[in-house]
Amino acid sequence: MINRIVVGAGYGLKDWVAQRATALVMAVYTLILLATLGAIGPSNYDAWRAIFANGFMQFMTFLFFVSLFYHVWIGMRDIWMDYIKPDGLRLVLEIATIAALVGYAGWAVKILWRL
Amino acid sequence: MAEIAIKKKRPKNLDLPSIRLPLPGILSILHRVSGAVLFLLLPVLLWLFQQSLASPETYAAAKAVTNNFLVKLVLLGLIWLYMHHFCAGIRYLLLDLHKGIDLASARLSSKIVFAVSVALTLIVGGKVLL
Repeated sequence: MINRIVVGAGYGLKDWVAQRATALVMAVYTLILLATLGAIGPSNYDAWRAIFANGFMQFMTFLFFVSLFYHVWIGMRDIWMDYIKPDGLRLVLEIATIAALVGYAGWAVKILWRL
Repeated sequence: MAEIAIKKKRPKNLDLPSIRLPLPGILSILHRVSGAVLFLLLPVLLWLFQQSLASPETYAAAKAVTNNFLVKLVLLGLIWLYMHHFCAGIRYLLLDLHKGIDLASARLSSKIVFAVSVALTLIVGGKVLL
């Protein structure tokens, strides 16, 4: 028999897994980018642009940004939950965080789609 | 039974500054601080990324901005925060897998995180900023 008191909508397992999955994606991307920069050593605009105009890197960079913004949401939500006790203020900060991150996602698309 | 356990006297120390934060603790709070700082500076970093890719002119302008010594210093600091978050995060992933959870290895791995993140910062910073 499962003897636990159910409170709230979830236990945070989904976020816990998502935080780690997005971290893995970003860690792999970091290594790929560092290896690429090390190999090419872009010293002018054309070489720098070519790195991100490449289809694979464009895909990976976009994946990195999406992972980053989801990861940031979980991390910042944890910080607000730990230090901001008044519910109203916490809600405002959480909404502001989501708004900023959704906006950044659109911005990232704009940067990458132009290449 | 539960009440008896709660009433038991436990040692209490409210003089918090007298507790020295061990290295894994410093790593932990730096992991949080670095994440928060990187989040707050995201618009600046995105802007710099956008400028560097938009056109040869904006690329040159972005390069001129980063040629300033103070800007270089800030960027080096940000690279360190990123590398610390990266290395400490990998350590946490290993801890999740129950690798190195005894005290001695946890202390050793936190030393490794600090050493590797500083080394990576110097390598990447040297390549990107010099």
